[in-house]
Formats: sequence, C-alpha cells, structure tokens
Amino acid sequence: MSRATRDAYRDTLLPLLDSHPELICLDTDTGLFSADHAAAAGEQYLNLGIAEHNLMGMAAGLAACGRVPFVNTMAAFAASRALEAIKIDIAYNRLPVRIMATHGGLAAGHLGPTHQALEDLAVLRMLPGMTVVVPADAAATEAFVEQSVRLTGPLYVRLGRKPSPPLPASPPPVIGQAQTLRQGGDVVLACCGPYPVLACLAAADVLAGQGVEATVLNLHTLRPLDTRALVAAARPAALVVTVEEHWRNGGLGGAVAEALAEAAPTRVLRLGLPDRFVDAVGNQEYLVAYYDLTAERVVRTVRTALDGAARRGMTDRKDTST
Amino acid sequence: MTAAQAPAPEPLASIATRIRAHVVDMCAGPEGGHLGGAFSCVEVLTALYFSVLKVDPQRPDDPARDRFLLSKGHAAQALYATLAERGFFPVEELAGYGRPGSRLMGHPVRAVPGVELPTGSLGHGLALACGFALATRYAGGDSRSFVLLGDGELQEGSVWEAAIAAASLGLDRLVAVVDRNGLQLTGSTERIAPMEPLAERWRGFGWAVRDVDGHDASALADHLAAAPWEPGRPSVLIARTVKGHGLPFLAGRTASHYVTLSERNHARAIRALRATDAAS
Repeated sequence: MSRATRDAYRDTLLPLLDSHPELICLDTDTGLFSADHAAAAGEQYLNLGIAEHNLMGMAAGLAACGRVPFVNTMAAFAASRALEAIKIDIAYNRLPVRIMATHGGLAAGHLGPTHQALEDLAVLRMLPGMTVVVPADAAATEAFVEQSVRLTGPLYVRLGRKPSPPLPASPPPVIGQAQTLRQGGDVVLACCGPYPVLACLAAADVLAGQGVEATVLNLHTLRPLDTRALVAAARPAALVVTVEEHWRNGGLGGAVAEALAEAAPTRVLRLGLPDRFVDAVGNQEYLVAYYDLTAERVVRTVRTALDGAARRGMTDRKDTST
Repeated sequence: MTAAQAPAPEPLASIATRIRAHVVDMCAGPEGGHLGGAFSCVEVLTALYFSVLKVDPQRPDDPARDRFLLSKGHAAQALYATLAERGFFPVEELAGYGRPGSRLMGHPVRAVPGVELPTGSLGHGLALACGFALATRYAGGDSRSFVLLGDGELQEGSVWEAAIAAASLGLDRLVAVVDRNGLQLTGSTERIAPMEPLAERWRGFGWAVRDVDGHDASALADHLAAAPWEPGRPSVLIARTVKGHGLPFLAGRTASHYVTLSERNHARAIRALRATDAAS
C-alpha cells in the first residue's frame, strides 16, 4: 500500500516518545503533526513556529543537555536556510539531532523550486559526522527512525510528501548498510529514494530479458557510504549507473563516483536532475517522468553504454591486429 | 549535588583589571585580537563568573550548573582570561593564545574547559541558550542559562527568531545580556543599522528588560542575580558599555575592534590599566 514516508516517520516516532523520555519533537509549523498527534506526544512535542535557524539552534542546545530532538522542517529549508546552524551548532558538536526533512527531491511537485530540494544530499553529506539517509518507502522510514535511537551523532533523513509505493518485500534496511535488492554481474544500478529505486528494479527486469544481469543496490545511506558493498558489486561489472532525485552533481552519483574512483575505478553514469532549476509544473510523478528518471531511461543508458563499449572493443581488436 | 556559588573574596573591579591585562597580553601576540569588544564585556563576564554563575571549575560538566554562552564569540580572549582567572585552566596557558599547539582558538571552542559550545558566527547563541533553558525546564531543575550578545549581533535575524521562541515558551530561566557598546566593525551601530529604541524592541518581543552601566560589575551582578525579574518572561539586561573601555587611547574608537598591539602600545596599555586599578 502506498504511504507517505513523512507519515511513517510521525507514526513511528509517537510510540517511541513514550518509551524514550529523552526524545523530543520540535516542529516549525509544518502541519505534519495534527492537534491530535501533538496531544498524544504531550510535552515531548513543541511547535516553535516558522524559524528554521532557531529550530536547529534550540535542538542543539537541548541535545547538549542530554535530550534527543527530532526536528521537523522541509528539506529545502534544512539544507540551505538553516544550514549554518546545522553545520556549526549540530555537526561541529556531534550532537544527536535528527533532522526530519520532508519534501525531499521533487516531492514538493507543483510547489516549485522554492520548496524542492535537489541539493540537500550533496550539502548534508559534506558535513563531518553527519549520517544521511533516504528511505525508499514507509517500511524503511520506520526502520531508520527506530534505529536512530542507537545513533550517537547527528542524522539527516530525507522524506517525501505524498504517498509513494512500497518496495517489494525485503528485509528492513539498516542504516549504513547498502541494500542489495537484486544480484547480477553485468552492471550495477545504484539508487536511493522511492522512485529511483523502483525505476532501477523495473529496469533490471527489462535488462534481464535482454541478457544483461544487473545488481540493484539501494544506497539509502549516503553517509557513511557502504563503500565495501559498492566496490564488491562494482568489481565484476562493466558499468555503474546511479539514479536519484537530485541535481546530478554532488549527490548519490557524486558519492559513488568518488568512492569508486579511489577504490575500484569503474565507469559511472549519473542520472539525476539537469543542472538547472525545475521549470515544469506538475506533481512528483509527473516531474519524475518529465525529467526522465524512468526505468526506460535506465535501460537506454545501460544499453547505449554497453553497446558503445562493445563497439569500441571490436575497434580495439581491429586496431591491435593491424 | 549543586555546585557551590563562587565566593568573591576580592573586589570585582580588581579581577576585571587582571582580565583586561591578560587580553592586552594576548593582543600583543602575533595574531592580535578583538580587543575593543573583549574589553567592553569584561565586567559582564567578571560579574557572571565571580558572583552570579553556579559553576565549579573542578566539575565543569556538573549537570546542575548554570550555563553561559558567549554569543559574541569574537570576545573569546575576554572569556578565556575570565575562565583562567576563575580556575578552569592555568592562567599561564593564555600565553599560547592563537599559537600552534594551543587549544585557545580565536573563537571559543569546546576543547577549552568551561566553554559550553563553540560560537563565533553571530546570531547562534540565543537559540542555543533557549535550548539549554528548555532542557532545564524538562529536567525540572532550577539552573539558569545566560548568554552574552553583541549589539551589532542583533542585526542577525536569527537572534529575533530565538527571542520570539523564548518569550513564547516563557523561558524565564534564560537571561540575555546585550553588550551595548554602540560600535561594530566599521562604525556606529546607529549609523549602520539603528537599534534604538533597543529596550522597547525587546519589550515588544515579550522580554523583561533592564538597563545598567555595563562597567559597574556590582550593579551587573545584582541585576543578574535577581533574574527572572518577571515570572514567565525571559530577561535581557542591556549593559551600556564602551568599546575598548579602560584604555584611553582606544576607548570608544572604532579602531579598537581588532588590534595587534605594538611593544610600545602594549606597555602603554599595561600602564593605563595599572593607573585605573590604583585609582579604584
């Protein structure tokens, strides 16, 4: 059943508040918590008003005194507006603040570039000590929120807005461990977030029908990146394709390219949003299709690259023989 | 166990002079320092650390302690000198300020005993202190959280985000002090971005406000000890100060903002401080 990851976060946190008195939820009037939710949370929920720097600063102050704040804002406001407070007050002090950032990627849909976040993963994964995760569905969100209780440092969780489809049943993902959703030796499809992961799974099916076996690696944790799993998957593969709802630079594609360039040089093709602000109007599904973050594009990208490599291989052989 | 309140066996003014002398020494080092803004808040720091704050240098992490943040982190030299004089670390360590191998960075860092959180980028301290005060409320404690803001710093919008939150939450264990020296890096705050009527602005944001001579350590201590002044409201003390106070050749001058003292001016400064001390 489709479900919004942000709703899954809220519904997982509420019972956790009961069993973990050190947890506190701070909001910036995002509307994620209704009056009933707030009443259920009691004193452990506070709506601080629309002030994201203050949100991060207060959370840091609370965390320095032993509390564990979950802070609610939109990814766009966390990653840019409140970034300095995240950097200096939270990350520099390695404080256990959980930044719950809704409207990640294209999830803001028709609300436009002021509310979309296509830079957040690049920005947040630069910060020393920050853990950055992108749950691909509601079940993963539940798992990450529950696992966060055992994390000592800061955490950034990119969430969506509207319901998104669940992944096919698989063991719950673990923060910091890549989730191998399908195993294949020819290419690696590395992805994060609901639509990119689903696109890669569908693309892997199509490729298998064409005799190309793909590993689908859900790299839900961008930092710390599971380099060991990535390298192991990439070693036998001719190609790694990354897919994400993010500008092409700096996000998952950047993280994968950096890791592989040093540990296991492999061709990496990065699929993401083009290097410009979104100028199309529509909901998330429409924009994902408009910018062609689709299974068809993944298949096309893999085929073009493999066919090109095959042609070059033939040319090389020809060159060698003459 | 609650940390003992510090005794004040010697006049606060004498302690303040010693703190200034340390700052002067540091400003004669290779990196110089933010002398003007350090000097303007010396009495505030002296009143806090030698009369008001419940802190124990032997147990800087005592959970029941009062907390202090220097939101105007560029006055780090004054804070370091105060912490050293109060016994958080050896006074001799001040000689290493800004030098390789020292932990005394140009803005306060947590590696220095007594520093709660790093500051330096303006506009961060008040929100952090709100978090402290809120944590105290959750814990059911009676400790207080103090934060020292620069007046130029009040131009940062995040200060007012936190001011709104503090009043809205009724954080009356929170006490802010504004070092109202009237000068920022390039000149008068009133010329660059007028702050007045400052007390009315804070009142309008829901704070209890008092105004005091910021170089009268005893008066500062009396006001700070008495906070909260109005139940349910955070308190802000506007300390009327002079940038570079205590050095006739720099007091009230924009040029006091960042100074590297020559040998000659270092000697002049020490002489001026001795004269002040002898007169008091």
